Amino acid sequence: MTDAASQSVLPVLGIMLPATGMLLMLLVGGRYVEWLALILLPAGLAVAAAIFAAVWREGHTLIYVVGGWQPPLGIALRADGLSAAMMLVTAVIICATGLFAGPQFSQPRGRPERRAPLVFWTLLLAIWAALNAVVVGADLFNLYVALELLTFAAVPLVALTGGTETIEAALRYLLFALLGSVSYLIGTVLLFAAYGTLDIALLSARVRPEPISWIAASLMTIGLIAKTALFPLHLWLPPAHAGAPAPGSAVLSALVVKGSFFLIVRLWFDAMPGLLNLAAAQLLAGLGAAAILLGSILALRQSRLKLLIAYSTVAQVGYLFLIFPLAGAASEPASSIAWTGGWLQLFSHAFAKAAMFMAAGLIAEALGHDRIAELGGIARRLPISTLAFALAGLSLMGVPPSGGFVAKWLLLLASVMQGQWWWAAVILLGGVLAGAYVLIVVGKALAPAGAAAAPTAPVSRRREVVALTVALGAVLLGLVPLQPSELLQIGRLDVHALAAR
Amino acid sequence: MTIFAACAALLMGLGLFGLITNPQPLRKIVAFNILGSGVFLLFGIVARRGAAAGVGADPVPQALVITGIVVAFAATAMAVALLLRLFADRGDTRLDHESAAGTEPARDDCRPP
Repeated sequence: MTDAASQSVLPVLGIMLPATGMLLMLLVGGRYVEWLALILLPAGLAVAAAIFAAVWREGHTLIYVVGGWQPPLGIALRADGLSAAMMLVTAVIICATGLFAGPQFSQPRGRPERRAPLVFWTLLLAIWAALNAVVVGADLFNLYVALELLTFAAVPLVALTGGTETIEAALRYLLFALLGSVSYLIGTVLLFAAYGTLDIALLSARVRPEPISWIAASLMTIGLIAKTALFPLHLWLPPAHAGAPAPGSAVLSALVVKGSFFLIVRLWFDAMPGLLNLAAAQLLAGLGAAAILLGSILALRQSRLKLLIAYSTVAQVGYLFLIFPLAGAASEPASSIAWTGGWLQLFSHAFAKAAMFMAAGLIAEALGHDRIAELGGIARRLPISTLAFALAGLSLMGVPPSGGFVAKWLLLLASVMQGQWWWAAVILLGGVLAGAYVLIVVGKALAPAGAAAAPTAPVSRRREVVALTVALGAVLLGLVPLQPSELLQIGRLDVHALAAR
Repeated sequence: MTIFAACAALLMGLGLFGLITNPQPLRKIVAFNILGSGVFLLFGIVARRGAAAGVGADPVPQALVITGIVVAFAATAMAVALLLRLFADRGDTRLDHESAAGTEPARDDCRPP
């Protein structure tokens, strides 16, 4: 961590606002939940924007020391450039999801109260609070608790519709997550036993490359990989993400899997920077590459739209892991380029995948099913949703202008600059496969309706516009300058100091 | 203390083995709890090892383990709730109905006895 930092109450506000809101929702009960959400979502967005603006303007980390107790005795919350960017993206996606879900999870007047709206809105805020806690946490055990909160909020979201298949998917998700959490916990206790602290900044100075650090790091990484659904621990993701209601799928795919990925990066780049060697980085990226290829190929073979999108998430998560060999190598400016590219991939995938799940949800609502083979004529009936899907697809393929293009271009550039050409090959092949599965869907949607086409149900225009706006967000991310971002470096360990080690 | 450490290792090994190899969700949940107990015991050992002179144990791991137990309890409660609902809906608790994902072949050895 760099020395420059300022005390601020903002990081804790980012966690407390949604957490308090969630508790209030349970208190006020079903009928007023929507109104509460209407107040809380913009307020949370404002806090995230304030943190982003403060970090951007001052150029250093914001710190909140809980209770005034300094680490290692107390717990600190740190918002560096990366946390600020993550918080802003999280807030934007959550607010968009809230707008999208409004009509679906509202409590009509004069009808018997339903339970789904209350559960949905509390879970949405719980996920928000947990994600903010994950990105500003600066203590490995604190991060464990944040990660568990995230899981406990995400699992019921999968089973919200209550169908047998979704409950099965939720249970499978939970069992993978339990294995992940306990594995992470063993790693934490080993690190505490060896170095006497769990504060990330203190650990980064104390951790030495010795067997106990390796064991702890491996256990924690395996645990986090299970929650991120990296190949080969991805089996739970497709049924879970495909089974959730559309706004739930959007949040799960766009944000929740990124929370645990964020922790893997915190672990290897911030907590134990001396430990990331060539073999570990290549292994992680190798799993990522396998995920890109396998996820894309399985996506091509799906017959249902939501499952196709879920397998595409498995593939796109794979790209994120290329950050380890490309940004971990000490060769400027290539590693800064890869660092920016990796995070931009995360942000643009968040927008693109949220938009895609929203569009797929609307299409499924209109048709009453989401079988890809029977999508004919949907582009004529739901032009806005189809456009949203196609724009989001551009970003997944990496076609300019889109955030996905800039991200993949930067990763490609970094891998060529460092002579790690095999990753470039995987990135290109992954792009071609993504193009194939997006085009299959768009092609079917543009085809004329079959003779036996069922009549479609009406779909809210407002929700279609929300999906399109989120997809445009993924495209607009393509306008960021094609260079290493300085914001994302704020609060990072000095990369050159790392190289000297 | 070595005995306790060996016990913790044994519990973790048993739990991990059960969690990975048992196909039935209920057994997986029990195995998770055994594994968790091993980890909590490990926390206790770390607390004892890190004790300063004149103090019984380092309080930090003890504080952590309480949080860990709460988390494990909540996780178990949620898993059991999902399991009960699944059983009520379908009459069995197998997790190999891969109809949605189509990635794994169905196995026959996973029915509850």
